[in-house]
Amino acid sequence: MIELSDFLMLGGILFSISVAGIFINRKNLIVLLMCIELMLLAVNMNFVAFSHFLGDMTGQVFVFFILTVAAAEAAIGLAILVVLFRNRRTIDVEDLDALKG
Amino acid sequence: MGFEKILFYVLAATLIAAAGMVVTRRNPVHAVLFLVVAFVASAMLWILMDAEFLALSLVLVYVGAVLVLFLFVIMMLDVEVATLKAQFIRQLPLGLAIAAVMLIEIFLVVGAGNFGGEAFPAPGHHAADYSNTRELGLLLYTAYIYPFEIASVILLVAIVAAIRLTLRRRPDTKYLDPSRQVNVRKGPDRVQLVHVTPEPRRVPPTATPSTQAAPVKGEDDEE
Repeated sequence: MIELSDFLMLGGILFSISVAGIFINRKNLIVLLMCIELMLLAVNMNFVAFSHFLGDMTGQVFVFFILTVAAAEAAIGLAILVVLFRNRRTIDVEDLDALKG
Repeated sequence: MGFEKILFYVLAATLIAAAGMVVTRRNPVHAVLFLVVAFVASAMLWILMDAEFLALSLVLVYVGAVLVLFLFVIMMLDVEVATLKAQFIRQLPLGLAIAAVMLIEIFLVVGAGNFGGEAFPAPGHHAADYSNTRELGLLLYTAYIYPFEIASVILLVAIVAAIRLTLRRRPDTKYLDPSRQVNVRKGPDRVQLVHVTPEPRRVPPTATPSTQAAPVKGEDDEE
């Protein structure tokens, strides 16, 4: 049978890949957003796995809320991206240095 | 090694390969398409774990709505791919190193020693008449009704914010203002007929060249 640690390791691999993707794709804001979606998917995988193996539906309720918030985040993030591209003609993260920090 | 185990490994390999392609593809359209593969594979993995409603809503909400939104934005922005290439190699070692460190840490924590089959024995699958959607709905509409309403408000905020951010008034667009249309009063605001007198017939253009051509001809003669 499939064990809980298999699913957790799969979630860990997925999370590490998306962390590496955030470092690799620093030029492109859209791919950064996609990496965040992958991270949320990895977290959801852990929630569903624990919910299944502990026999508790609460984990799936949390996945439901995470899906909702992630959809809202993607919509607002892409809207900000569109406005940014209209004003600056670029989506490179390193060009966005108007706030000098 | 049963059928489920084989299915799990096939789906997990698909998921990891698709995720790797998402972060390494240079073309964002290809990245989104591989993200679709990753989401579908993980939806199938969730079905293996008896989470049918969430798996189907992952396919419907994510593949159907969010990733299509990504595709729309990518095709609307028209970012050139060539400039994105330079950064890639320089950041690759750093990213791989951090990912490897995180992966080792996660494996040490969630490995088979802590979360293996002894500590968490695999539960059997539910009966055929068990409804995952019903159970989730019972929980969602009783114990979690307040967070559920907050989630709907968050979605509303997302709608309003996305529309307001991308709304653009162009000064040269012609549009009808509905409030002014509604407030039209009987009398001077209504349509009024204007009597226009017809213009007199114009002088035919053949008559003009003779008067204008004469000075030019005279200049030519002087030279």
